[in-house]
Amino acid sequence: MSSVGIVMLVHTALGRAEQVARHWSAAGCPVVIHVDGNVSQGIYRRFVDALSDLPDVKFSPRHRCEWGTWGLVAATQSASEMMLDHYGEVRHVYLASGSCLPLRPIEELIDYLADRPTTDFIESATTADVPWTVGGLDEERFNFSFPFSWKRQRYLFDRWVSLQRLVGRKRAMPNGIIPHMGSQWWCLTRSTLSAILTDPDRELYDSFFKRVWIPDESYFQSLARLHGSQIESRSLTLSKFDFQGKPHIFYDDHLQLLRRSDCFVARKIWPHADRLYESFLSDPASMMNGAEPNPGKIDRIFAKAVDRRTRGRPGLYMQSRFPHDGWENGVTSSRYSVFQGFGDLFEDFDQWLTRAVDVRIHGHLFAEERVEYADGQTVMNGALSDSAAIRDYNPQAFLTNLVWNARGERQCFHFGPRDIQDIGWIFAKDPNAQVSVISGAWAVPLFLSKRSFSELRREAAVLQKIEAEYLKILRSPYASARIRIWTMAEFIEAPMEPLQTIIDEIGTRPGPRLVDAPKMVDLTGFGQFLQNLKNQGMHPYLMGDFAVERGMSSTQRPKRKPYLAR
Amino acid sequence: MVNRTKAIKPGDILLFCTQRNEAIRLPYFLQYYRDMGVNHFLFVDNDSDDGSVSYLQDQPDVSLWHTRASYKRARFGVDWLNWLQSKYGHEHWNLVVDPDEFLVYPFCDTRPLRALTDWLDASSIRSFSAMLLDMYPKGRIDQQPYTVGQNPLEIANWFDSGNYAIERNWKFGNLWIQGGPRQRVFFPDAPEKAPALNKIPLVKWNRRYVYMSSTHMLLPRGLNAVYDEWGGEKASGALLHTKFLDTFNDKAKEELQRKQHYSGSVEYKAYAATLDENPDLWCKWSEKYINWRQLEILGLMSKGNWA
Repeated sequence: MSSVGIVMLVHTALGRAEQVARHWSAAGCPVVIHVDGNVSQGIYRRFVDALSDLPDVKFSPRHRCEWGTWGLVAATQSASEMMLDHYGEVRHVYLASGSCLPLRPIEELIDYLADRPTTDFIESATTADVPWTVGGLDEERFNFSFPFSWKRQRYLFDRWVSLQRLVGRKRAMPNGIIPHMGSQWWCLTRSTLSAILTDPDRELYDSFFKRVWIPDESYFQSLARLHGSQIESRSLTLSKFDFQGKPHIFYDDHLQLLRRSDCFVARKIWPHADRLYESFLSDPASMMNGAEPNPGKIDRIFAKAVDRRTRGRPGLYMQSRFPHDGWENGVTSSRYSVFQGFGDLFEDFDQWLTRAVDVRIHGHLFAEERVEYADGQTVMNGALSDSAAIRDYNPQAFLTNLVWNARGERQCFHFGPRDIQDIGWIFAKDPNAQVSVISGAWAVPLFLSKRSFSELRREAAVLQKIEAEYLKILRSPYASARIRIWTMAEFIEAPMEPLQTIIDEIGTRPGPRLVDAPKMVDLTGFGQFLQNLKNQGMHPYLMGDFAVERGMSSTQRPKRKPYLAR
Repeated sequence: MVNRTKAIKPGDILLFCTQRNEAIRLPYFLQYYRDMGVNHFLFVDNDSDDGSVSYLQDQPDVSLWHTRASYKRARFGVDWLNWLQSKYGHEHWNLVVDPDEFLVYPFCDTRPLRALTDWLDASSIRSFSAMLLDMYPKGRIDQQPYTVGQNPLEIANWFDSGNYAIERNWKFGNLWIQGGPRQRVFFPDAPEKAPALNKIPLVKWNRRYVYMSSTHMLLPRGLNAVYDEWGGEKASGALLHTKFLDTFNDKAKEELQRKQHYSGSVEYKAYAATLDENPDLWCKWSEKYINWRQLEILGLMSKGNWA
């Protein structure tokens, strides 16, 4: 007879529980099984009969167990008492459930515990230090009472909790014990367990914990601190919980992961995971002897799952992730740049930009007629259409899709007052957007065009009004993009400095300083052009101050040394 | 016509389907969902004359009803199925799909459908979303003929990965998703007419529930809350929609004559017009289908917190 006794709490999938009980038993471990009082008498009888050939499998008095209630503790107490009373040679009692599966040969567990004869393995932390409480109940689970069922009477449960919160209810801890919490799956030494069960004050503790929320996570965890001599605060059972406090379930495709975990026991196993049961019960391939459990990889996988469920992938909008405004955790998935006026002021801005940094530079994505993708393409990554109608049907989706689809490649595009303006707000509020504006540069194409002046004057007025509106958005307190605005006059004064700043911020490669600027349009006569507009009663102001005689072409101007900010 | 619903056991997963002249597709369809773990199929046949009725009658796990009534008047088949579901689907997981729709869900290559429904049960989730993903071949739609029993994804194995636009329907709480190749090719000038792609095909049914229009949305509204609104991702799948095979052109013409579809068959008119000119949905940025993991990486579906 082995020195490790197994207490098993069972409520469904009794067939699997039977298999596992046989497995424990075959290794010489006595097993005491508690079957949930909610299981029908007939099913219970059949289960008992099925195991009747094993003399050292016993059944303890049944209690009704509902999640979060005292029943589970009562069941554990009576089964543990039975174990201690009947099997005097048992040194450690291992609490397991019907959906637990031993992963390593049981002998290894027996040896492991024999080497640590006085150690209690029970996860046990003070309430202030645990992050895993569900429903925000931490200390309150000890201070309040919980007469209503969380599963069946949620409304009353919640109301009752709020009421107690309101009056600031606080119950005194019996004998001043410090409440601890932790995984309900433990392995205690005979001395600790019997000290808990035979404590003269057990009545007192029991009546206190009967009113605690989820006492199976705190009863033994608190009292072991009182009686245990050497507590190792971890569970030997690998058991992961999701963000709602529900255990993660293991399936056949976790086989390799479980094998490499070196854990003794895992829960919870999907009852139909045939391959897991077959593999671990028939051939529990011995792992490295005496190895410590190492569930690191499994931890990471489940931590990732919780993260995905609670935070999700930034900038992704899809059928099962559609965040409210402000909850996107990133309006878009990565950084992108919006250039306003640069295409008007420079002849070869796109070529220059791609020489300086690794980016994709599109044309005016929000042009009225069609989406001007880079290189004149009609479809873009993700099969995005160039139809203006589709884009304008949902401009935000268009933009977030564009950025999401190109993950890994920074997107840049031109924008201006001639484009559809609906999207302006989206850039402005998106911290991923780098918005650079040379205000008033829209006047340059007008200046260069040979159209009738009255026509130009009208268009200039419209464009100026649109751009002014847009600048208002960019300057609003809600704007959180990286926004830089220069008047055109300011910009042409010293173009290298702002260009360097923009390039540095894009920073796809830590390159050398910029050696050349893009080629500026010949602005000879631009000052006069603006003056003409003024003379016609239109007041162009967004481009800053241009003297009538100013606006010489850049080649004629004395060469300025690029400004170096070092 | 054949009612084998007596064989349905508590906890069985049921599949509900309407069909009209889909004899060529049914063998693979049944095999696909049997392998996935569907226990019983409940079909409504809409006046087929291609032998599909007798084929279905011979299947041991199929119950079959027949109607001559107008598909349109029965709100595109939903009313028939709502009735069957309230009668037989109560307390079962119900999967409602068309014969050209193939469900994929997280881990569907290693875990049967029951693993998903068990997990949904344990998580107190009643409805599971799977958006419609239009699949198409490379080249003309009629280039590769589809044969009985063949996996249609061998032919139609391309899809649009990132051109879907979503809006919230505040009235019923569901999302409204449009995009994909149908919008891109058939509706570039009238995107609002493109078909809805949001679907909630898998539901732990209660006789109080009802599908509103196709499987796009349900009542009560809470069942439409298949998406997270605070930044997280809920688990979701996809319905691979293999409508665009060589069988499609004839079907489109037939449907156009019968005028049985949504809003005056605007969709089929657009198809017929476009398909005559250039029946190639494939483009340079089309994505070739590999598996569910690819769809999850592309952000079309999610594992949520199922791991």
